[in-house]
Amino acid sequence: MTESALPRTAAGSPTRAGLRSVASDLASDRRAFRTASWGKAMMWIFLLSDTFVFGCFLIAYMTARISTPEPWPNASQVFSLEVAGTAFPLLLIAIMTFVLISSSGTMALAVNYAFRRDRRTTTALMLATAALGATFVGMQAFEWSKLIHEGVRPWGNPFGAAQFGSTFFMITGFHGTHVTIGVIFLLIIARKVWRGDYEEGRRGFFTSRRGHYEAVEILGLYWHFVDLVWVFIFAFFYLW
Amino acid sequence: MTEIPLGPAVETEPFHDDDLYHPRSWLTKYVFSQDAKVIAIQYSATALFLGFVALALSWLMRLQLGFPDLVTFIDADAYYQLITMHGMMMVVYVLTALFLGGFGNYLIPLMVGARDMVFPYANMLSFWLYLVAVVLLLSTFFLPGGPTGAGWTLYPPQAILSGTPGQEWGIILMLLSLIVFVIGFTMGGLNYVVTVLQGRTEGMTLMRMPLTVWGIFTASVMALLAFPALFVGAVMMLFDKLLGTSFFMPALIEMGEHLKYGGGSPVLFQHLFWFFGHPEVYIVALPAFGIVSDLISTHARRNIFGYRMMVWAIIAIGALSFVVWAHHMYVSGMNPYFGFFFATTTLIIAIPTAIKVYNWILTLWRGDIHLTTPMLFSLGFIITFVNGGLTGLFLGNVVVDVPLSDTMFVVAHFHMVMGVAPILVIFGAIYHWYPKVTGRMLHEGLGKLHFWITFLGAYAIFFPMHYLGLIGVPRRYHEMGDATFFPESAQSLNAAITVMALVVGAFQFVFLFNLIWSLRRGEPAGGNPWRATSLEWQTPETPPPHGNWGRTVPVVYRWAYDYNVPGAAEDFIPQNQPPAAAGGMA
Repeated sequence: MTESALPRTAAGSPTRAGLRSVASDLASDRRAFRTASWGKAMMWIFLLSDTFVFGCFLIAYMTARISTPEPWPNASQVFSLEVAGTAFPLLLIAIMTFVLISSSGTMALAVNYAFRRDRRTTTALMLATAALGATFVGMQAFEWSKLIHEGVRPWGNPFGAAQFGSTFFMITGFHGTHVTIGVIFLLIIARKVWRGDYEEGRRGFFTSRRGHYEAVEILGLYWHFVDLVWVFIFAFFYLW
Repeated sequence: MTEIPLGPAVETEPFHDDDLYHPRSWLTKYVFSQDAKVIAIQYSATALFLGFVALALSWLMRLQLGFPDLVTFIDADAYYQLITMHGMMMVVYVLTALFLGGFGNYLIPLMVGARDMVFPYANMLSFWLYLVAVVLLLSTFFLPGGPTGAGWTLYPPQAILSGTPGQEWGIILMLLSLIVFVIGFTMGGLNYVVTVLQGRTEGMTLMRMPLTVWGIFTASVMALLAFPALFVGAVMMLFDKLLGTSFFMPALIEMGEHLKYGGGSPVLFQHLFWFFGHPEVYIVALPAFGIVSDLISTHARRNIFGYRMMVWAIIAIGALSFVVWAHHMYVSGMNPYFGFFFATTTLIIAIPTAIKVYNWILTLWRGDIHLTTPMLFSLGFIITFVNGGLTGLFLGNVVVDVPLSDTMFVVAHFHMVMGVAPILVIFGAIYHWYPKVTGRMLHEGLGKLHFWITFLGAYAIFFPMHYLGLIGVPRRYHEMGDATFFPESAQSLNAAITVMALVVGAFQFVFLFNLIWSLRRGEPAGGNPWRATSLEWQTPETPPPHGNWGRTVPVVYRWAYDYNVPGAAEDFIPQNQPPAAAGGMA
């Protein structure tokens, strides 16, 4: 076609350097981000939006914490775990954080093996990630029930400001929901990888679209994001 | 059904994104449709319906204000409920849904040369969640206690306490509805943004996109970043109401008893709400800016003046609108030093906005202006918007705002700038694109009648309100009682406003009639009745079929504003016309 010989970009002169060349690359036709598929771009933008959700939650928590007249409970005391008669501050949460960060490692490996089309290893690694995620949620449930047992409620607690329980349950609950959704999708995608959907181009049940191994990577983005958010929640709730 | 080949003619990249879904039954084609055009019509029809409901609510409010003893069932509680539902419906469920869900869905894929949105399934879910949100919202009319009367801003602590109407069910369902709306919108918004960024056709660079796409795109990005604050605020207030947490609730005494609440911050809610609420103004305004640019250029047969500046102004307004939110809170009791910062940023927004207005005027300058209905509405928009913007200068300054807060002046200001102005654009856009959606023209005579009544009527309604506000008539009062600080003539002015509101409202049904009548009886439009350049007018069939473009997607060679190019054969050159065929200076 003669058409394709025509310049496709308005500002696509290759001699431009620095920021201008970045801008003209972004503004070129068809795709702003040349290396990102639709699904991946969508996940990144969703995560940006979700960052604002968690950001609002955490800022609301900080505001609640500095504006309440009651004293805030002492984190190392409230979150300590008693093992063999000794209270270890932050022991449980350290294990939980370790488990969740480890799951990011197995997820990263799964992405790598998915691009090698190694279905067996990918499935195994995704199941391992899901198991670590489920363990995290399980330990969170244990922590919740421990706190509830000690009298912490959304509307009040024996240790200090009522907002402690409110923000704690709300934000860790919202994060736990994210992890749970991640675990569910890990299981769904792992099943698709195992069954070979991405080899034979099988269409999705709901979307009627062919999937690709890239789905593992996109899910990985979500999973790493949920991990990253946890780091902030950990810092603001347990270390402040 | 003809199978549409998957993907463009030349596949140069390792992606297989253009995997188009083909509906196989009537149900998946027209009801649970994944086609952006059908979803757009579903969104628009639902939003227009809600618009008429909100219109009826405003009638009742005006009747109460103009003739206080006429409608006996409107007491203070009912009046608050009317205000709340009218405001929330118009801002969130009508304007946002129409501009982004309606126009966004219809125009983005067609204008950037895509076959559909990038993820049609999520797009479909977006509409159905929107419908759930609407049903939740409307259901409060039929539940015990009725809808919430907390005001559309839902300020705590009064929003969830007894004494505010609708505190049994109304407020709970309102918050739930907002939460569902945000989730639904996110699914749609991701589609709009990614389609613009990653789904364009060959040759469609960002700087060749019509300004309509730029406006809707920027508004969608803003919505994805602003709605989270509303979501979080709604979740937290729902917990305050249902679980008895005290996020927003300070220690309170009600009926001589201490409530269980304590230690929360009501101002926190206001910050969250307005971090959403102010960008929301521009989520509505930016698509209107974009659409009006295209309407003016097309109907004045002239290229848009300063296209690049227009794009950067849209982006600048979008960015600035995230740092002005507390100008809604000058009287909230926040730190007074904030007022200085937020007044400054607020006034800075006037610069890119003024650039846009000047560029519209300069586009019209020596243009071949056709006074078609879309053009009339566009001109009406510019005047109304400038008008509303100027009163914004009053309210943006702390010292002037404080005495004007909670008066009718505020009501007049925001109705001019984010009520009437965007609605005029919506009307203009419907008259403009209806021929593409249905294949038939709307009746031009009825359209002009509709325009003049709406435009002049809007001024007759809202202009006197500025005056009422200046003499101190407060807003959100269902009657003035024995107030003596303003003259009695204020009441007769109120009555006159009410009469005009009834007339203007009634004439909206002429528009509704026109929409339905023209569906069958309208003049056949052909593919490109306005002789416009942008891609949606170059589809092989009108209305565009599933997949939009037939066998091959168009290739774009030029921007969307080649009107009256010297030496060209026609007075417009479509975006997909190769340079050799067009002649003239390409």
